[in-house]
Amino acid sequence: MILPYFVILPLLAAFLITLLAGKKDDWAITLAFMALISLLVLSIFGFVTMHEETVVYSMSGWDAPIGICLVQDALSLFMLVMINLIALTSLCFSIQYIRHLSQDWKYYALFMLLIAGMNGVVVTGDLFNLYVFMEIALISAFALVAYGCRAEEYEASFKYAVMGGLSSSIILIGIAFTYSATSSLTLARIAEVLPTVDPRLVLWIGALFLAGFGLKAASMPFHAWLPDAHSSAPAPISSMLSGVLIKALGVYVLFRLFFNVFGAPAIFMQLLLVLGALSIVLGVFLAIGQWDLKRLLAYHSISQIGYILLGMGLATPLGILGAVFHLLNHALFKSLLFYNAGAVEMVLGTRNLRKMGKLAKLLPVTSGTSMVASLSISGIPPFNGFFSKLIIIIAAIQAGHPIFAFWAVLGSLLTLASFMKVQRYGFYGEIEHKTPIMMPGNLVRFAMLTLAVLCVLSSLMVLPGIRELTLDPVVDVILNKTGYIRMVCGRAL
Amino acid sequence: MILYVLCFALFLVGVYGLLTKRDLIKIILSTAIMGYAANLFLVLFGYRHDATFPILTEANAGQPMVDPLPQALVLTSIVIELGITALLVALAIRLYQKYATFDITKMRSLKG
Amino acid sequence: MKDQQGMSIIVKTVTRVSVWLILLYGWYIILHGHLTPGGGFAGGVIIALAFLNVMLAYGKDFTVKWLNIQFLKDMEAASITLFLVMGLLGISFGGAFLANFLGKGKLFHLFSAGTIPLFNVIIGIKVAMSLFLVVWVLADIDSTKGGEL
Repeated sequence: MILPYFVILPLLAAFLITLLAGKKDDWAITLAFMALISLLVLSIFGFVTMHEETVVYSMSGWDAPIGICLVQDALSLFMLVMINLIALTSLCFSIQYIRHLSQDWKYYALFMLLIAGMNGVVVTGDLFNLYVFMEIALISAFALVAYGCRAEEYEASFKYAVMGGLSSSIILIGIAFTYSATSSLTLARIAEVLPTVDPRLVLWIGALFLAGFGLKAASMPFHAWLPDAHSSAPAPISSMLSGVLIKALGVYVLFRLFFNVFGAPAIFMQLLLVLGALSIVLGVFLAIGQWDLKRLLAYHSISQIGYILLGMGLATPLGILGAVFHLLNHALFKSLLFYNAGAVEMVLGTRNLRKMGKLAKLLPVTSGTSMVASLSISGIPPFNGFFSKLIIIIAAIQAGHPIFAFWAVLGSLLTLASFMKVQRYGFYGEIEHKTPIMMPGNLVRFAMLTLAVLCVLSSLMVLPGIRELTLDPVVDVILNKTGYIRMVCGRAL
Repeated sequence: MILYVLCFALFLVGVYGLLTKRDLIKIILSTAIMGYAANLFLVLFGYRHDATFPILTEANAGQPMVDPLPQALVLTSIVIELGITALLVALAIRLYQKYATFDITKMRSLKG
Repeated sequence: MKDQQGMSIIVKTVTRVSVWLILLYGWYIILHGHLTPGGGFAGGVIIALAFLNVMLAYGKDFTVKWLNIQFLKDMEAASITLFLVMGLLGISFGGAFLANFLGKGKLFHLFSAGTIPLFNVIIGIKVAMSLFLVVWVLADIDSTKGGEL
């Protein structure tokens, strides 16, 4: 029965922050830390004991097809661990970074609302409830992108909010069609009724959801808002958006809808393959020419999401395994890279690679962890990115798509080239810097070191013994549509 | 059927405004119109020709009612759109502070 | 003329009477939310509109003096916290989050439907405060300042 607390705790923290915090941010930071640490402990506890706990929670005592239910399975617990882990490190990083913008509690209240929305999307088993939680997360994300009060941030936030409004309307129309076709909003019930519905209508619903959630996940034709929003936001928020938000709102929902509800229809899998390959190659081509460090990282997010979509589109157990593994890995190393960019921005006051230079001596922790993250994202063997990309490429060849495997390899090589540029100009360049604006504090270094260690440790998840405990249950949930229906509707129907 | 087509046309009006208008306020109105079209779709799907309103009173107990669930959903989504619109208006005012104009072609700090 | 802000004396006089009627109507809508159309959101919007009416007729400065803005902010935060606390009470007394743990009462009576009227009141206060504060904050931004990029 730990399930509702994933939504209650961050909401309670956010409201108490608005109620109790006066002018200063001390209370806000304490409350946010307490809430996030307990959330992380709860989610890890849930993941470890997931075979014993009850799995479906009926809100306000109404059972599944009538009321709203929350569902706890391996996929949602996996996402919860990921969200709350990145959120905790992001909070560690935030304190110093936000204090040099303003000393205000509003940031922390919005941050907790963002967490509440993402946790809610992941735990809910109801289509419209998912939409509501998605909007909670998005509205707080719009406000947080504009938090720095500069013109480019307002502009990025406006663009993001308009694109978010467009995709939300598309999703709402999709929900309307789904409700009219199946007369239910519980995901498991929809999955049960959907095979009896006219296949053309299912195609139409799927297309609406693919467009809506594809916009949220920023796959290639729908990517225009991402580089602006993710590069303009404050660094800890960039890492939350790039590392977690596009996965919780985009990729996770695509997994849930297209596998557990629609049952992996072949035409959408083909589409996902093409979208994935397009995102990989075009994202990395756009990234390689950038000189703004955070913008370069934002374009790489598009490309890395492409790998996840490619693995998803293969729809074989190995492909899904690679996609889920890459989901976690990308959250770890992309958040770390954004922290590095934020730390450099704090020290030098610039994000331009040409103006950086010899930072290895000045910032040993930042440059060391950025080396780890760069090697991870480019797929160099001992680090986690190598294994997940390898699994996806092997799966593509096994499934009979050698062309897509070739695109994935090409994307990986170009990623390596682009991060060699980052290291060459950003951390081992010629310009000497003698007068840093401020030095990163202990909590900032702690956040970066934690993620760097996790980047190495998570590659152990590919070993058979650990994989059976962590990744395999998630893959089972994704591929087992009837199991999902039975789990949610089993007692109620 | 004609109602659904008109509703979709309303949605397209919103998309058209979003793509072609250059004024921030008109863009905000276009997003609002898109939202209203989506809400209208939901209400239309719950409509039943010979039924009463879905509130139980002493007068209409036992009669068929239109589906109340889409109306509840629409109320929720109206609240969400209110929030988004308020946020967009605030951002538009802030952008006006910076650039002294509502024309998006004159705001170019983001490129590429 | 010491009072330059706001509209003419006719509008001010009418507003002085009508604002209380609007507030009363808003509370009626909130309290009958479980029986008739309306409820927390609709009634809250009406209450917020009553305050906005005063702001339009008398001007911003008078409204800030008349209403304590900090108190409104506290009310907003407190009401939504109270909502969560009611939900948590549902866990301890009713077995699930937001469960209806009070007696249901008789159909079509004002004091019936368990916790639903209480939630309506809480949401009504929250919506009224939020909506008024949103418009107040938007009106408070000085669009001629802050021009640096």
